[in-house]
Amino acid sequence: MKFFLSILLIALLSYIGGIYFPWWIIAVVGFIIILLLPQRPSAAFLSGFIAVFLLWAVLAARINTANGGILAGRIGLLLGIGKSPVTLALITGVIGGLVTGLAALSAAYLRPAAKIYLTS
Amino acid sequence: MRIIPFLITATITVGLTVLLSRPLGDKIPMPVGNFLSPQSGFWQNAEDTSATFNGDLSFPELKGKVQVYFDARLVPHVFAENDEDLYFVQGYLHAKFRLFQMDLQTKAAEGRVSEIAGPKAINYDREQRRLGMKYAAENSLEVMEKDSKARAIYTAYTAGVNAYIHSLKVKDLPLEYKILNFAPEEWTNLRTALLLKMMAKMLASGTEKDLALTRLHTVFTTDQLNALYPQVPDSLKPIVPPGTAFEKPALNLKVPAGADTAYFKEPHKITAFEEYTPDADNGSNNWVVAGSKTASKAPILCNDPHLELSLPSIWYEMQLSTPQSKVYGATLPGSPYVIIGFNDSIAWGVTNAQRDVKDYYSIRFRDNTRSSYWFNNGWKPAQQRIEAIKVKGQSTVYDTVSYTVFGPVMYDASFRDTLTNNNGLAVKWMAHHTGDDGSAFYFLNRAKNYDDYLNAIKSFECPGQNFAFASKSGTIALWQQGKFPARWENQGQYVMPGTDSSYDWQGYIPQTENPHAVNPERGYLFSANQRPADAAYPYFIPGAYITPRARAIDWYLSQSNNITTQTMMDLQNNYYNITARDMVPMLIRYTDPEKLTPEAQKYFEIVKGWDLFAGPASLGQTIYQCWMDSLSTGIWQDEIDKTGYKAELPAEETLMELLKKDSTVMGFVDNINAPEQQTIHDVVTDALNKTAVVMAQAEKEGRLQWAKFKGVTIYHLLKDALLPFARTGLNVGGWGNIINAVKKSHGPSWRMIVQLSSPTEAYGVYPGGQSGNPGSRFYDNAVDTWASGQYYPLWLMNAGERGDARVKWTLNFSKG
Repeated sequence: MKFFLSILLIALLSYIGGIYFPWWIIAVVGFIIILLLPQRPSAAFLSGFIAVFLLWAVLAARINTANGGILAGRIGLLLGIGKSPVTLALITGVIGGLVTGLAALSAAYLRPAAKIYLTS
Repeated sequence: MRIIPFLITATITVGLTVLLSRPLGDKIPMPVGNFLSPQSGFWQNAEDTSATFNGDLSFPELKGKVQVYFDARLVPHVFAENDEDLYFVQGYLHAKFRLFQMDLQTKAAEGRVSEIAGPKAINYDREQRRLGMKYAAENSLEVMEKDSKARAIYTAYTAGVNAYIHSLKVKDLPLEYKILNFAPEEWTNLRTALLLKMMAKMLASGTEKDLALTRLHTVFTTDQLNALYPQVPDSLKPIVPPGTAFEKPALNLKVPAGADTAYFKEPHKITAFEEYTPDADNGSNNWVVAGSKTASKAPILCNDPHLELSLPSIWYEMQLSTPQSKVYGATLPGSPYVIIGFNDSIAWGVTNAQRDVKDYYSIRFRDNTRSSYWFNNGWKPAQQRIEAIKVKGQSTVYDTVSYTVFGPVMYDASFRDTLTNNNGLAVKWMAHHTGDDGSAFYFLNRAKNYDDYLNAIKSFECPGQNFAFASKSGTIALWQQGKFPARWENQGQYVMPGTDSSYDWQGYIPQTENPHAVNPERGYLFSANQRPADAAYPYFIPGAYITPRARAIDWYLSQSNNITTQTMMDLQNNYYNITARDMVPMLIRYTDPEKLTPEAQKYFEIVKGWDLFAGPASLGQTIYQCWMDSLSTGIWQDEIDKTGYKAELPAEETLMELLKKDSTVMGFVDNINAPEQQTIHDVVTDALNKTAVVMAQAEKEGRLQWAKFKGVTIYHLLKDALLPFARTGLNVGGWGNIINAVKKSHGPSWRMIVQLSSPTEAYGVYPGGQSGNPGSRFYDNAVDTWASGQYYPLWLMNAGERGDARVKWTLNFSKG
């Protein structure tokens, strides 16, 4: 339950944060949410990764569909990954997911879940 | 708490975030994290293909309301209540659709590319600054801001650009800023002046060959040089119809005492060279036909300026209207006004005058501080301007430029002149001291008849242009307009002595004596960068003239009657190679078929059967052009190499003209490096054999067809750095000496045809799109229309037509 809640919160707050802050707000959100909802390291990483991977990949895919793939095709060629908007949307998701996942993992080590269970 | 794993993962997280927040080198100049973020990065520039452009905006700078009606091609039809609001909105729209290009072009003009591109641009920046580009812009600005009406317009335009810049959030930045990781800079009136100086450099700087001719002069005599680079070609069809009488010149020019030896016999030894020269094919076509030659009995005006083709295009299409005036045409992002266009009464178009308005003077400095120089029998202090060139990723580079009575010392011991210690070359250039050249367009936009047109253009100074004109009342005219030095014969062909004022320009050709023609009996006028008048013109007017296109236009127009707009479209897209018409019979005559290789024989047959049209699928054109290039090299290169300088070879049409008169081409046919004597037969045959090797390779690769061989490409402004943003492999024929002057990535940057009937019938197209955003469907939507020789109807909208089906979106501006 906590796992899904943290995915949902990270995704939601990353989206809102992204409107007002630079891109790295995703790392801050991932870190804080796991501090507040402590989890095992693997679960923390996964919740951060999945939340922002989905957020970024879905946002990118939606924009790309509306754009008819015009720009993502050109940027794909520019970055040397070929004229494939889908690949570019996935790479976008992986980069965002990786940063958030690592931030979440750091938080998990800072405040291990097991200890919390014992003290509360 | 698990401190070790925490420290490790936290370090990795922070490290990765920092890594993704900064440029990763030349290949990946963008901060990847920001660039990929769908909320702030490049995805934000991917415009919805069903996006609308409606909106309501308010700005305190406005005095009243302004409506902008966009048509289906995103061409804005602007309706303002007064001039200032009109140009505010023009500035706003230019910035909204073309900000990066305006920013880049004016930074380049000022010599500030190193700020964006790093150390590799330092030489470019130094050259721009030493040419005095900013100095020239500052001088113009002073005049532009002296007149209160002009100042109000330029200031309103600037405010419009800045209103858009200030409205931008990081996520809205044009894509190129996100890729190159910098931010747009505020607009100023100076930047508008800089943009106009960029045009001056493009069109009135590369029109001299002084440094090259000075080098060549060490090997060739003045007579030889005048034959190789002739001022009045035999095949010239000038702007002013031949036979026109010219008035006796108002000026009496004195050749300096001793010029016979000091200037003509003892060439200066120089090592200086210009590295970033404008394209020699920058030029254009325009022509007007009178009602006597058209089916509708109304005049038709046509214009296609040939420039570097780029995405976004140099042009942005607009209509600008107030209750007093209404004009439509091509505008230049970075400047107010319509530059080429029409209104309800007249139409006008421009081509480049190609006149030489730039000279070099040899300066002798007192010592290596270069703070004083010998002039009129004494040491005269030189003003020094310290140029600070900021360089991305490196410390600022300083360059001191000395200014003399002639102008800035472009070349000296610190810049490309290693031979001459304590000497320098000062550059005197018309663009350094001009008035408000833009104002000519303000008045042209509002001209109602010939007198208005003449009044509008007569203060225009640089870059000299051929202004074609047609009016609804039936007048056609063509003026070559600019401010041009009055020179004695051969003045300024070579570097001149600068130790006194004797070699300085002695005056300017009076404006009324500029070459022009109005309502000629033959019923048509044309200009295509040819010399404006024949040898009867009473001044020495050197320039980088291009002869063949004007010849072809004259040939077609002279035999056309009942001309329609369709006839004119066909002519703008015409591929006839008029130089080849004269040249091919000579090539055939001088070829020894028995000395040709089997491959060469095959290509020889293709040229013999060629229809002389340089269409996209033509094989004959490919072979002919390569054969001519090889022949030119065979004839000229051995002699020119003696100067140790990479000079431009004499033009193709010059070779054609000389060969018609003399099969030894003044003796140049013989190869001076070979022991035995060569004849024209040997050189022509040898050139085809060499060409055949290249052709066989091209044929093997499937690119013998002319369009494939040329590889027509329209690059993004940043060229190879953004190659995926280019349009490649366009199926277009033509060449620089053909009416449809498409080269590899250079050619007709705007085609316009206006029939001054009631109602006006106008057509136009440019190879690009209204939006500069590579993520927009309007980025390159007109490229295929242009490539296939088609046009869009141009709509000069009336204020009452806001309900017309052609209006797709409305953007309202108001005070607030």
